[in-house]
Amino acid sequence: MALLQISEPGQSTKPHEHKFAIGIDLGTTNSLVASVRSGKADTLSDVDGKHLLPSVVRYSADSIVVGLAAKENQVKDPHNTISSIKRLMGRGVEDLKAQFKSLSDELPYEFAEGDSVVPRIKTAAGNKTAVEISADILKVLKLRGEETLGDELEGAVITVPAYFDDAQRQATKDAATLAGINVLRLLNEPTAAAVAYGLDSGAEGIVAVYDLGGGTFDISIMQLKQGVFEVLSTGGDSALGGDDFDHAIAQWILEQAGVDSSELSSSSLRLVLQEACSAKEALSEHTETEIKIDFSADKNWTGILNREILNTLIDPLIKKTLMSCRRALRDADVDKEQVIDVVMVGGSTRALRVREQVGEFFETEPKVDIDPDRVVAIGAAIQANALVGNDAEGNLLLMDVLPLSLGLETMGGLAEKIISRNTPIPVSRAQEFTTYKDGQTAMAVHVVQGERDLVDDCRSLAKFELRGFPSHVAGAARIRVTFQVDADGLLSVSAKEETSGIEASVEVKPSYGLQDSEIEAMLKASMEFAANDKDARSLREQQVEADRVLEAIDSAMADDGEEMLSAEEREAILQVRQELEISRHNATEAQQLKDAMSKLEKVSAEYVARRMNASVQKSMAGHQVEEFK
Amino acid sequence: MAVSITEQGAKRVNDFLANRGNGIGVRLGVKTTGCSGMAYVIEFVDDVNADEDEVFESNGVTIVVDKKSLVYIDGTEMDFVKEGLNEGFAFKNPNEKDACGCGESFTV
Repeated sequence: MALLQISEPGQSTKPHEHKFAIGIDLGTTNSLVASVRSGKADTLSDVDGKHLLPSVVRYSADSIVVGLAAKENQVKDPHNTISSIKRLMGRGVEDLKAQFKSLSDELPYEFAEGDSVVPRIKTAAGNKTAVEISADILKVLKLRGEETLGDELEGAVITVPAYFDDAQRQATKDAATLAGINVLRLLNEPTAAAVAYGLDSGAEGIVAVYDLGGGTFDISIMQLKQGVFEVLSTGGDSALGGDDFDHAIAQWILEQAGVDSSELSSSSLRLVLQEACSAKEALSEHTETEIKIDFSADKNWTGILNREILNTLIDPLIKKTLMSCRRALRDADVDKEQVIDVVMVGGSTRALRVREQVGEFFETEPKVDIDPDRVVAIGAAIQANALVGNDAEGNLLLMDVLPLSLGLETMGGLAEKIISRNTPIPVSRAQEFTTYKDGQTAMAVHVVQGERDLVDDCRSLAKFELRGFPSHVAGAARIRVTFQVDADGLLSVSAKEETSGIEASVEVKPSYGLQDSEIEAMLKASMEFAANDKDARSLREQQVEADRVLEAIDSAMADDGEEMLSAEEREAILQVRQELEISRHNATEAQQLKDAMSKLEKVSAEYVARRMNASVQKSMAGHQVEEFK
Repeated sequence: MAVSITEQGAKRVNDFLANRGNGIGVRLGVKTTGCSGMAYVIEFVDDVNADEDEVFESNGVTIVVDKKSLVYIDGTEMDFVKEGLNEGFAFKNPNEKDACGCGESFTV
């Protein structure tokens, strides 16, 4: 029995055609999967009701265990239990050597020897790359999504840190492919968090995303413009997080209890850390909390930790994060006052002091309503849902759009727009064109970008030629030109003559070399010159038409002008034809040309009629009347 | 003629409506498609068409059914069901004679 979700009005899908999509937050420490059901985005739990999946994989000869069960075996089986694999994604052996002084010193794994540029970790199940290990985590999340939604998935949006480079993003995509997931899009983590709060449909401006996790801190400064989040700068500290809060509290406990940490066993030390962590969490709800620790049979300690003391302990750490924020703002060339929203991500932002200090720093109330552990996955799910087309109409997210229209040059130097400005990418559009002259066997394709009507006022991107298609009369050839812009903004244009199948294509990067200010100037010009452009366009159109008329009359006259027309008739037509040719070059308004053309049409009407008759007679000659009945 | 919704179902519908921020209830209906004749439709309602729709109240939820669909689902009780990790709405339709294996489409 299939269970149904409530759709938006008119958006119900047919049975077996539901478009289920998930959002995945593939984290260093924990991962999450979320989806939108009956219009509500939420993270999905496993059978035990747990939402967070520790990003830990344990390999043995005959099984792969992912999550909590793997994490619990980390101490027992360190070589085969892999954690924090995200740090190795898209990294080559050389990168790691630069990052860590010695691989095996800093990472508790054994690396396989070999000439491969991709590091391989030796496990009981064979050598594993970071991509394969990540794929094993993704498989578990995908399965959870399928079981919860009750059907196969259309695809997933997977989040990546804003600072991930192409290699790291590609590795993440590869891992998803390996896990059998169709990647709808990779989304920056801070963007996902902003989307979860619906900031993408809110006021345009600068948004800061403050992400304080267990072991890392990230700050991203983004600019929202026309539904697109552009990352202006990122910053942070890869070795600062909530765990450091726990250490600071634990240190205080030991001081208060008069215990030297060097005298403690590692299990006692872990116990103190656990108590410190619970005390920290308790203080988000209460103003003070009691801590009881049994160090040994004859030594125990009880004390009260209140918010004031906690604040003095963690303030230096929060200050460090705020220094990173200041640097990121400076890198983005943005003032604090310009930040309209601050989004809090990561479990450690539950600490009240963090919220307070961040709010004070940015002089705005930070957004904390959505669970900071889940906010990224939720944003990814909302995006995934919109990408498969389940969202209410008009709510479609424009994450990446074309900054300026793309088109090509047609006769008369006019720009024909194929894909208009602000179209979300990826996108593919095709249009059919035809030949202008009889016997034409080649066509030049000139790809342009811009909003103006004349090619001269747009930016030229590429030119190529389609050659060697069969000769047709003008207007009979069918040339299909396809514009395709992929998610990374890469444009490819192909042209195909349909009757012969002859093809040619070119690849261009449309935004290459275009600065924001240039784009803006081009847009402004298109508004200012709209009226000019309209006049120029209609004049060009009439000029093209006049050329066509002149060519037609010339070729007809050459054909049978002598035999069908008297000398006077010929003279009359030629005179008006001459007038048209003069206006073709001198006319400044479309109307003048139109008038000249209709004059020629009138004077040659009789000639045209005679030619028609002659042609009909010619085609019927030698046939019986009955054949045409 | 009437359709209804269980208390549990009503609670979830109201949750989803609150989350959506607008809408007056749910629309139940059938589409003539699917692997065995008809398929159920469940959507949020923004507008009621007085000529075509019948409106019911059940456990505090406004249920809208177009008259064409009503003959196929008269007497249906909607419920919210959990099956393992999967959860969602199910139609208990007394008119249903035969359903396809997936339960998404049916014949009367």
